[in-house]
Amino acid sequence: MKVLMFGWEFPPNNLGGLGTACYGLTKALSKKGISITFVLPKSASAHSHLNIITTTDLYIGNIKMKMKYVNSLLLPYITDKDYEKMYKGLLFGNSLSGELYGKNLFEEVNKYAEKAAIIAKFEEFDLIHCHDWMTFRAGIKAKEVSGKPLIVHVHATDFDRTGGNPNQAVYDIEKEGMRAADKIIAVSNYTKDMIIKHYGISPNKVEVVHNAVEQEVNIRKDSKIEHQDKIVLFLGRLTLQKGPDYFIEAAHRVLQILPNTKFIIAGSGEMYRRMVDRAAELGMGKNMLFTGHLTGEDIDRAYQMADLYVMPSVSEPFGITPLESLKNNTPVLISKQSGVSEVLKNALKVDFWDIDEMTNKIVSVLSYSPLKKSLIENGQRELEKITWDNAADKCINIYSKLRKAK
Amino acid sequence: MKSVCFYFQVHQPYRLKKYRIFDIGKSHDYFDDALNNKIMEKVAKKCYLPTNNLILQIINESGGKFKAAYSITGTALEQFEKFVPAVIDSFIELGKTGNVEFLSETYYHSLSFLYSKAEFINQVSLHKQKILELFQQNPNIFRNTELIYNNELAHFVERLGYKGILGEGADHVLGWRSPNFVYKSKSTDNMKLLLKNYKLSDDIAFRFSNKGWEEWPLSAEKFASWLDSAEGENINLFMDYETFGEHQWEDTGIFNFMRQLPKELTKRNLVFKTPSELIEKQHIAELDIHNPVSWADLERDLSAWLGNKMQKSAIQMLYDLEQEVKKTNDNRLLEDWRKMQTSDHFYYMCTKWFSDGDVHKYFNPYDTPYDSYMSFMNILNDIAFRVKRIKNKDLPNNVVISETPSLLANTL
Repeated sequence: MKVLMFGWEFPPNNLGGLGTACYGLTKALSKKGISITFVLPKSASAHSHLNIITTTDLYIGNIKMKMKYVNSLLLPYITDKDYEKMYKGLLFGNSLSGELYGKNLFEEVNKYAEKAAIIAKFEEFDLIHCHDWMTFRAGIKAKEVSGKPLIVHVHATDFDRTGGNPNQAVYDIEKEGMRAADKIIAVSNYTKDMIIKHYGISPNKVEVVHNAVEQEVNIRKDSKIEHQDKIVLFLGRLTLQKGPDYFIEAAHRVLQILPNTKFIIAGSGEMYRRMVDRAAELGMGKNMLFTGHLTGEDIDRAYQMADLYVMPSVSEPFGITPLESLKNNTPVLISKQSGVSEVLKNALKVDFWDIDEMTNKIVSVLSYSPLKKSLIENGQRELEKITWDNAADKCINIYSKLRKAK
Repeated sequence: MKSVCFYFQVHQPYRLKKYRIFDIGKSHDYFDDALNNKIMEKVAKKCYLPTNNLILQIINESGGKFKAAYSITGTALEQFEKFVPAVIDSFIELGKTGNVEFLSETYYHSLSFLYSKAEFINQVSLHKQKILELFQQNPNIFRNTELIYNNELAHFVERLGYKGILGEGADHVLGWRSPNFVYKSKSTDNMKLLLKNYKLSDDIAFRFSNKGWEEWPLSAEKFASWLDSAEGENINLFMDYETFGEHQWEDTGIFNFMRQLPKELTKRNLVFKTPSELIEKQHIAELDIHNPVSWADLERDLSAWLGNKMQKSAIQMLYDLEQEVKKTNDNRLLEDWRKMQTSDHFYYMCTKWFSDGDVHKYFNPYDTPYDSYMSFMNILNDIAFRVKRIKNKDLPNNVVISETPSLLANTL
């Protein structure tokens, strides 16, 4: 079976969980014999401007995937304001840019869709599978050109990303994609409910395929980084969605009980300044460390240093980071408003807004080592069952049904 | 003549409140009265009252032939008195028939035998007093919490004056032997051991309403015929009293089954015996049971309460506080500490089946074993705080949270 897939980020150039999820899923699908052409937007360097589409083969172990890069300014998690800033910057440097790229984010999404149509015309495939809103119009175009079934995979909605106040234009594109799709895949029941409630989609059209975690990476039992003071970690983009503000308020309460605790905030984003200011205002300067955006090994090191990882997301469609934390021997406290809490039982859970309970649980983990050890041991045992293989099997099942229906 | 011995366990713990870190040093109310009240009323209505009524009828209609034994924990008795006194009255009624025997156990349904012999003796004697007070009986048969049993226990309670003890007839202790005889405990003078026939007991307690079971539906007639054809001299049917109306709901037909069963057994010339009557029999063999057995889960060992790190650390800290709590002579504190010993608290912390999401769910007030452990440990820290406060009234109000007895000792 051949699948034409549209994404917007892929490791190692990823900022968020979407890239990690696309990597895990496509790898498992390829292993099971699904042949994937993965299309990604990529802002080209100055001298390759006119080269609209480039193709490379990606090898992961003995698996081969075809990657197609489309020259585009679409960046993961970009906002319309950021886009305009970037576009204007480009105009100064190069007059051609005006024709190549859309004037605003939504025009660019449409341009990307036009390019997708070209790919769809020349590629051979049985199904279209696209990931999140920026690619939905591309998916719709590809469907129009080819007449092949379309799956839209919802990793997040704009309700999640904005903490409940979606951008109307983004919302419209999301809804358009969901309507045009033959099947919708949601990363959790939490997200499925969101799709039904906010986008008026029939429950029958939505299948849940939970994300998973890479199994091959060995759990590094001895990799704990020893230290004196207890460390609590936040790791994620500093945006409303991820709830860093709740983390800071809880940290403040924890310090009243355990004054030597250290807090690490790893990540960057629009709330960075505000968070630094708030920490200072609460007099937590020496207990709170801001690392900025971390990549690669540094992420693992951050997990390994921590005694507890907290994911206080306001709205988290899935949330792979708690699974990665457990892999690094660190127990997790997660928001109940998350998809991952549907698959991970051996985690502490709170409502994101319940600062008291968050504090209670953080202090408990830091004070009672058998709690910490049990959460790690049982959580790791549970991880073994949360595999991309399972997720891929569910996708293949959906693919087969769609093909039969045709 | 072959006999049948019914023993019913009646127990309710004091369930804990959600007790948080900030409560330490500030609130000394640990128990969820509202929840406990609600559960007591519910179970009284569904099980205790109707079943007591049924057993009384059966005794009266049998012309005194039907007999049964009960073990009722102190925590259950106290909560009956507090929330549903009619249940106490109905047990007193049953006692007055002369056909009901009350057994001894630890007042707080605790695991104290494994951790503190002194506390175990205290609790057994508290329970004995309570039974004497309410029912004017002085028990000479002992049953330990969750039917936990080994040689050492038999030896120990013999010295406390008991003549018989109950245990689980687990395959791994019986081997080829049958539970349907009276045994003697190893290394005792003459301690009689009565073992539960778990297959037949569980047919009623667990399988009765299971439609997937090949014997479903189980009629009194069929069950009586099984007992009739069973080998041995006496069949011990030991079970939770909540089987009637609570584990098996009324609409499963459990009450009708129990109403018919004594008649069907009498028809087949089986007679009813209490544990005290059984121990008059000559034992068939001596049983050597070194490792503790219990009636819980498939393992029938201690792993339901003491199988993981959280359970072990929690119970260790609890008993490490014993001396300090007792030295204070503060009755309310002592009572609170004792209520924390009820085995249910450790059962809620069990992670054996948590990932698969069943068992251990019954009446469990917690979402996860972790939540139960946190509340428990926070309360122990408050108990430690109260001890310190009593020893030193000028102690500042700040709280030291600790998990280990050694750290605790430093702060005490």
